[in-house]
Amino acid sequence: MEQKIIDRRSFIKKMAALAAMTAAASMFPGIIFGYEQEAGIPKGGNIDWKKGPCRFCGVGCGILVGVENGKAVAVKGDPNSEVNKGLLCVKGYHQTICIQAKDRLTHALVKKNGSYVKTPIKEALDIVAKKMKQTIEKHGKDSVAMYTSGQSTIPEGYVASKFMKGAIGTNNLDCNARLCMASAVTGFLTSFGADEPMGCYEDIDYADYFVTWGNNMAEMHPVLFSRMLEQKNNRGAKIIDFATRTTRSSMASNKSILFEPQTDLAVANAICYEIINNGWVNKSFVEKHCRFSKGKIKMGYGLEDNYNFKDEPQSIDFESFKKFLKDYTPEKVSKYSKVSVKDIKYLANIYGNPNNKVVSFWCMGMNQHTRGTWMNNLVYNIHLLTGKISIPGNGPFSLTGQPSACGTAREVGTFTHKLPKGVVTEEKDRKLAAKIWKVPYERIPSKPTYHATEMFRAVDRGEIKFIWIQATNPLVSLPKTSRYRPALKKDSCFVVVSDVFPTPTSDVADVILPASWHIEKGGLYGNSERRTQYWKKMVEGPGDSMPDAWMFIEVAKRMGYGKLFPYTRENHVEEIYNEYRQFHVGPKHEMAPLDVLEKQSGVIWPYVNGKSTQWRFNAKYDPACKNGEDFHFYGNDDGKAVIWQRPFEPAPEMPDKDYPFWLNTGRVIEHWHTGSMTRRIPVLHKAMPHSYVELHPEDAKKYGIANGQKVKVSSRRGSCTLPASINERGLPTRGQVFVPFFDENMLINDVTLDAFCPISKEPDYKKCAVKIEKA
Amino acid sequence: MPIKSYILHFEEGKKEIVLKELHNLQNCEVIPAQNQNVLVVVTATDTEELDNNIYNQILEIEGLKHLSLVSGFDTN
Repeated sequence: MEQKIIDRRSFIKKMAALAAMTAAASMFPGIIFGYEQEAGIPKGGNIDWKKGPCRFCGVGCGILVGVENGKAVAVKGDPNSEVNKGLLCVKGYHQTICIQAKDRLTHALVKKNGSYVKTPIKEALDIVAKKMKQTIEKHGKDSVAMYTSGQSTIPEGYVASKFMKGAIGTNNLDCNARLCMASAVTGFLTSFGADEPMGCYEDIDYADYFVTWGNNMAEMHPVLFSRMLEQKNNRGAKIIDFATRTTRSSMASNKSILFEPQTDLAVANAICYEIINNGWVNKSFVEKHCRFSKGKIKMGYGLEDNYNFKDEPQSIDFESFKKFLKDYTPEKVSKYSKVSVKDIKYLANIYGNPNNKVVSFWCMGMNQHTRGTWMNNLVYNIHLLTGKISIPGNGPFSLTGQPSACGTAREVGTFTHKLPKGVVTEEKDRKLAAKIWKVPYERIPSKPTYHATEMFRAVDRGEIKFIWIQATNPLVSLPKTSRYRPALKKDSCFVVVSDVFPTPTSDVADVILPASWHIEKGGLYGNSERRTQYWKKMVEGPGDSMPDAWMFIEVAKRMGYGKLFPYTRENHVEEIYNEYRQFHVGPKHEMAPLDVLEKQSGVIWPYVNGKSTQWRFNAKYDPACKNGEDFHFYGNDDGKAVIWQRPFEPAPEMPDKDYPFWLNTGRVIEHWHTGSMTRRIPVLHKAMPHSYVELHPEDAKKYGIANGQKVKVSSRRGSCTLPASINERGLPTRGQVFVPFFDENMLINDVTLDAFCPISKEPDYKKCAVKIEKA
Repeated sequence: MPIKSYILHFEEGKKEIVLKELHNLQNCEVIPAQNQNVLVVVTATDTEELDNNIYNQILEIEGLKHLSLVSGFDTN
């Protein structure tokens, strides 16, 4: 009994401390309490500190995992990491706790007569291989699909691509990174012909202004935000938060500017108008390094099944672009964006003043947008017109949400249209892949098939009859889960889920495979600044748990593709990475060798002559620049970046008399994505035990809703009931509600709309119309 | 048996002095922030009287700028 009392007091003390730390975090976003974790480290123990990357967001913080007697007992920030310089956020410090969760998947489970039966992993893999093979024999290779993750390691993504495209010969491979940064990819490709940011986090140390576009970095990228705050405090750098909702980031910024959802397109054009109208264009830069284009307009929103779109770029000249911008004077845009003329001019002045160094940051606000590609293009336009790009402290910078959305999804290419280098539609890229994979090049199909949303629509239509979902939880994270949950339950599709924990997605699986957590296997991740990080296995996983890459290899072998996967269980990570590196030989994308990655806390690619390339396209830093000029946008054949004419177009669904509110969804600092890991970390779960709906106080008053009272949020697709949050963490504008999506018991994605950007195919989770009522 | 947590703001350059004083107090745990001039302080005492005493002792520490109560529990 006494022990119980002590435990209870000790627990309450921890809760009290956590409450204070959470309160401090709301006053000082990015605040770090590192000693709190070190206090939990056993004294006098024999702890071996092992280097690796954090398992969570795309910032890519370096961690040191303390291992004692084969167990992970502590985590601290890696002081040698240039990313986080020893700092970590609250999720990072507590990450390894989840692997001890009582409901951890430790053995394969096979559904037999409606119940899951514990099954030896070898037998489960036999079943998966047999089912996949039979499905291909009966229905063709395009009847099987794989849906992977920005949390997959580089070797895992590489093997998945080789297995599906090189061995089986189908492009039915896509990943959850489609849901979070596909618009950034198409933005980079259409503007620069090369994916991923040209700068790096060191830009933070030089910038005078940070403009965050729809990006709550204080909660989503807290370590980077803390680096920005440090510059704000020490050098007087300024943070401008441009968003649709007041958040912790807004509160810590120098200025918060709110805009009406979707009108960021118009405001960005208004900034360009002002830059031109005031003579702030960097003429020599634009003349030497840019050209102008326009594409199709009124593209639709992808709401119908089998939607198809192909842009048709047309060259235009500067005068046409200038004429187009006349519709976007600050006065005109102010009327529908609800941003004052003064604030539009203020933003334009920040970018237009040649003495300012400016970094634009964004993440989901701009990417999860039915005009996401356009929105990315427009921010590039601002930086290109002013020549503020590829220079330390000057540049556009898209952040990612997952630890290897860049390294795996974008670089290895786990999308339907991608290959480890290039795209399936290009013969030279298929030939290179076929050569390295040692397969006939005709086997790799030249046509992309299903992007993420369409893949699950195809499951619903009965076209996909076998799907393997790896390291992701689409039945919480897809938009409009109200359609896709029943779809995955259909008997017409055999569902395999490999994951570390049970999720609502594994609940509908026919076979569940127990996956290793990241420190239970070796791997490589690539973060938002093109930094590749390598780690070795640190601890043993429980039971039959297995690295995902090795599951793919075992199934491939059982299906008769063994010769293509000649890797060893012990060294497959290293063997696969060395094979993958062959795709990126050359100064534009050279990957660092393993021995370098082993010594350093991550290396930025291109890694040329023993050096990371921190600023691409700038001849001073980038050896791939060959045109003899200061800048060379070599991703495009003519070496020039493209300034795009992209108009404002409204969202597909807007508030009306039946559904009078905008719904915006997003994340909270305590939880990572669908919460399958962080909700199993008691300290994080207790701090944020469930989701909520944020309301503006005047809207709450109008509907007679009090704080904590249950509110039903409904759209034309579904509903979700959550407690109201009024004037707490975030404050939406009037006529808008905000709901975090981490809670599998309050599935807000039953309510969202599966409209997407026609170019990137990334869904818009930030805008649809809902009504609210007291539950 | 009250348990309370506070955010303690201290004056620039006084972190070490404040930390030392707090460590000398019984029934008091301290979690310093690494990158801000604040500390989290958790007190766990057996009676209301002891709780008041420790609160007053903290208030008297040299270099303290502001002390704000965040949470309070009674484990009786």
